Amino acid sequence: MKTLLNSNLMNITLQRLAHQLVENHPTFAHTALVGIQPRGKYLSDRIAQLVKNISGNNNILYGLLDITFYRDDVHAGANIIVPSYTDIPFSVEGMNVILIDDVLHTGRTIRSAMDALIDFGRPKHVELLTLIDRRFSRELPIQPDYAGYSVDTILTQKVKVYWQEKDGKDEVVLLDKSTN
Amino acid sequence: MGLSVKHLLGIKELNVQDIELIFQTADNFKQVLQRSIKKVPTLRDTTVANVFFENSTRTRLSFELAEKRLGADVVNFSASGSSVSKGETLVDTVNNLLAMKVDMIVMRHSASGSPWFLSRHVDACIINAGDGINEHPTQALLDAYSIREKMGSLKGKRIAILGDIMHSRVALSNIYCLNKLGAEVTVSGPPTLIPKHIEDLGVRVEYNVKKALEWCDVANVLRIQLERQHKPLFSTLREYALYYGVNKQMLDSLEKKIIIMHPGPINRGVEINSDVADSKQSIILGQVENGVAIRMAVIYLLSGKREISE
Repeated sequence: MKTLLNSNLMNITLQRLAHQLVENHPTFAHTALVGIQPRGKYLSDRIAQLVKNISGNNNILYGLLDITFYRDDVHAGANIIVPSYTDIPFSVEGMNVILIDDVLHTGRTIRSAMDALIDFGRPKHVELLTLIDRRFSRELPIQPDYAGYSVDTILTQKVKVYWQEKDGKDEVVLLDKSTN
Repeated sequence: MGLSVKHLLGIKELNVQDIELIFQTADNFKQVLQRSIKKVPTLRDTTVANVFFENSTRTRLSFELAEKRLGADVVNFSASGSSVSKGETLVDTVNNLLAMKVDMIVMRHSASGSPWFLSRHVDACIINAGDGINEHPTQALLDAYSIREKMGSLKGKRIAILGDIMHSRVALSNIYCLNKLGAEVTVSGPPTLIPKHIEDLGVRVEYNVKKALEWCDVANVLRIQLERQHKPLFSTLREYALYYGVNKQMLDSLEKKIIIMHPGPINRGVEINSDVADSKQSIILGQVENGVAIRMAVIYLLSGKREISE
């Protein structure tokens, strides 16, 4: 097991990501943040809060998207995936939407998320923010616009992100299957 | 995670976790149904056959819409006009459907127990859409889901089931479902339409409909199933309406506003008057709306249970 980000580094990284977002979207007027359920929620909660603090705009549009029904592997595993909830309390029509997920690996989740998002309307522009970018493991042509930390991994390894709100600590670790 | 069963044959075989999981999944589908695009591509690899050996309006339309909104391919089969009249058996009929690569069977049949029989003899996921006078599980699930939506929880709530308890599969499935979820159930109607020893299922019996209404938070009014009554069990429909029908005057005389439900089809002026069925206390059309979400949830959760054939 190897620690990729400790609590301190994670905080710095989140700050940087939020600053980059505000740099590109100064007023956040036609821009919305959409976290991908279930694990992207913790990252998007933090980013939404930081963007509010930095931009001074308290009316940031922020939603959560569950992609279970859009996955291409619903029947691949032995067990059915239990869905989380979707909550997008605004129209995405003509908006800049920033999709947020904690780890970008094969890109299949993001593919599903784009399909799911487009069922809510036609966004003008969709960007992707991810805390961890597992490079060279993509199965689809998808790349992040904002990446917190890039790491080279092999398929048998696993990146695990711990969140204070859920797991009692902020940390990102790289696990080998054997030690998992 | 997932359901503990491979088929949805009856509520009797589900546990509380299964029912809660179905409700939780239905919440998500209900949200999908409120969007402008009411469809998800989840089951685009699945084909479902609706096999109906008995008449149906709501259940069949509701299942068909649920399947289509999940992205599944759908074929409909009705016994009338099919080779069943030429003498083809149930198992042969279904096996022929399966040979055409159907993955799931939604079936309604007038013979009680037929979905259990079928599940033992064919290799497909079976969903019971009503078997004779036995069970109608998706109706009970959507009824309980509708009550949960109105009242928050079923625990300790008082539900009265009124009417033809004897011939109603909705009544039996509702009793199983409501008991499992911790609600109290009273059945009420003419003594000839209430089975003996029904108390053994954990319900109270009250022959006076007015008293049952005074006791309950929710009244689920059932249709008189004349097609299943092979001997006269009450003298006339007019007499039934007079003594056991629910009317507005009766509702207004109660101390509290109870919720009125009906699984449909309604015989207006018999078990329920129009002024009750169309009143603000009635959630009858809400039940129908929830039916699609519940059936989507059941089909989705069971779709993971089938073998993946490559």
